[in-house]
Amino acid sequence: MTVPSQRTRPRVVLVDDHGLFRSGVRAELGRQFDLVGEADDVQPAIDLITGLVPDVVLLDVHMPGGGGQAVIEAIKPRFPDVRFLALSASDAPEDVIAVIRAGARGYVTKTISTGELADAIQRVADGDAVFSHRLAGFVLDAFSSASPEVKPSFDPELDQLTNREREVLRLIAQGYTYKEIAKELFISVKTVETHVSSVLRKLQLSTRHQLTRWAAERHL
Amino acid sequence: MTNQPQTQGRRHRHDPFRLHQPPNGQLRRDPAQRIAGGVAAGLAAWKGYNVTTVRIVFVLITVVTSGTGVALYVAAWLFLPAADQDASIAAKARNDSKGIALAVGLAVLLTVFLLVAGVFNDGWLAGWAWPQVFSVAGLTLIWRNAPEEEQASLKRMVEPLEAAAGGSSRGKLSVARIVLAGVLLIAGVTWLATDKKEIALLRPLGAVVLVIAAIVLLLGPWWLRIGRDLVEERQARVRLEERAEVASRVHDSVLQTLALIQRQAEDPQKVISLARVQERELRDVLFGGPGSRKEAEGSFASALRELQQDVESRYGVQVEMVTVGECMLTDRVDALVAAAREATVNAAKWSGVSVISLFAEVEGAGVEGAGGEGRVASVVVRDRGKGFDPSSVQPDRKGVAESIRGRMARFGGTAVITSEIGEGTKVTLTMPCP
Repeated sequence: MTVPSQRTRPRVVLVDDHGLFRSGVRAELGRQFDLVGEADDVQPAIDLITGLVPDVVLLDVHMPGGGGQAVIEAIKPRFPDVRFLALSASDAPEDVIAVIRAGARGYVTKTISTGELADAIQRVADGDAVFSHRLAGFVLDAFSSASPEVKPSFDPELDQLTNREREVLRLIAQGYTYKEIAKELFISVKTVETHVSSVLRKLQLSTRHQLTRWAAERHL
Repeated sequence: MTNQPQTQGRRHRHDPFRLHQPPNGQLRRDPAQRIAGGVAAGLAAWKGYNVTTVRIVFVLITVVTSGTGVALYVAAWLFLPAADQDASIAAKARNDSKGIALAVGLAVLLTVFLLVAGVFNDGWLAGWAWPQVFSVAGLTLIWRNAPEEEQASLKRMVEPLEAAAGGSSRGKLSVARIVLAGVLLIAGVTWLATDKKEIALLRPLGAVVLVIAAIVLLLGPWWLRIGRDLVEERQARVRLEERAEVASRVHDSVLQTLALIQRQAEDPQKVISLARVQERELRDVLFGGPGSRKEAEGSFASALRELQQDVESRYGVQVEMVTVGECMLTDRVDALVAAAREATVNAAKWSGVSVISLFAEVEGAGVEGAGGEGRVASVVVRDRGKGFDPSSVQPDRKGVAESIRGRMARFGGTAVITSEIGEGTKVTLTMPCP
């Protein structure tokens, strides 16, 4: 019953080149989060984030001036604590993988409901990862296509998903919420979050050439 | 597009950048793919052969019949309309009364000239006279009625003759080239004409090599230029076509849908379903849904996508689909897809919610090596709807459940249906696959 105080509300910056989308998000999320700023392109976004240092940046993957990836790459080295949640209307796998590997903590589609988007922002603000059902599918696909010529890598653990992680991803792909996954697998929500974060880490750090090839294959 | 079939047909008449896809079953020249006149390309497109094969056959015919192939080709070029033209060159020439007058005039003029010339020396000129009269008249007609681009090609073809006649100013390099070619040519011809017994066998060969070298030297740059121009022309055409395709697609799908949405603004359900259909279509175009990826025609994933689109458009629900891995359609996988369809339709009809999730995965790939024995395709169809009590007997549902279970069992797969009232239903199907 406790209303979160002004101080614990995550400060959010919204970066999207569609004014209509920004005003929609502002109207829907303005009450739950501190929407401290908005930008509509890469350079303004970088300037804004550098000035405000928000908790979470809601970041469109596709923008005219270079896309979300450019923003993350400019900010990440200087402000490692700023967390990014990528938003996309496209679902094009290579874009999504690129933005995740650049350092986004999660990815959701723009068709997501307001409630789910709020959950996702909160989760990213808390340092957890957020996978849309499609991203979960992509990751399963990328890590499962076991090809004989997978190169032995520096850290083989990074190149494979554990069975548990696979199970969690499968359930996410089926549209389960973290709570439902926890119930289904008889684990705590925190454990689910840990698994997802670990998958995210592998996705970001794995040198698995499979992954790059997989993304390239889908490039048109 | 699918809901606007009539606009599809209309587009072709109105669209300024009409695509020159030959209408089905009509033999047309295809200037877009041409090397000479596009006859081979047109023939290939008509019958579905490989262009290169057709070209080789043409060349073979020409060689075997010592030249008749060329005549055939020229005739085809004259009598077949190009893909983007209404009439063939021959048909246009027939109706070109001005051109005919001009040709007749030229022919008469040439005849007079030849007659006069013949009076002074009745040697070899007379033998060439009559064919020349006809060719000049014919060429005039062809020239006047050829499409513009082909006129340009014809022009390029006579270019080296102009150059040889010393028409345009040339650099030192090309002068040297022509001189060298002349020397080679003379040497070759002289060699051919001399008659020394000891090199009788070698002579024709060497002479021919010299003559060919001369020709290459003389005409080589021009051939190169023609080749390059052809490539450039083709690239420009491809770009134009791509733009035309995008334009027509935007027109056919996006604009149509926007119009429909405006007209149905008071029916939110309709608007949502229109937007959804359009979104999926656009996604397919932009990111190549079916067709690209590994999703070939007749694969597991493409069958599921069909299922998704079908159920979405028929029941107005959203099917959130994720597929992982891929396999070929076999009887068993067909049965799996059919059962999945049954489950999805059930969820759409009975669950009372508008979002159904469908997750498909092919796993166990290739760990044991070749053969792919032991691969399993699974489908999970899930909704968060009303659910039902599996133990209670509901005749309508029981029948459907049996058709899912029964079908899966017949093909050696399994089906697990779990449901809780108020929690939704989950159908898990598995089937071995190749």
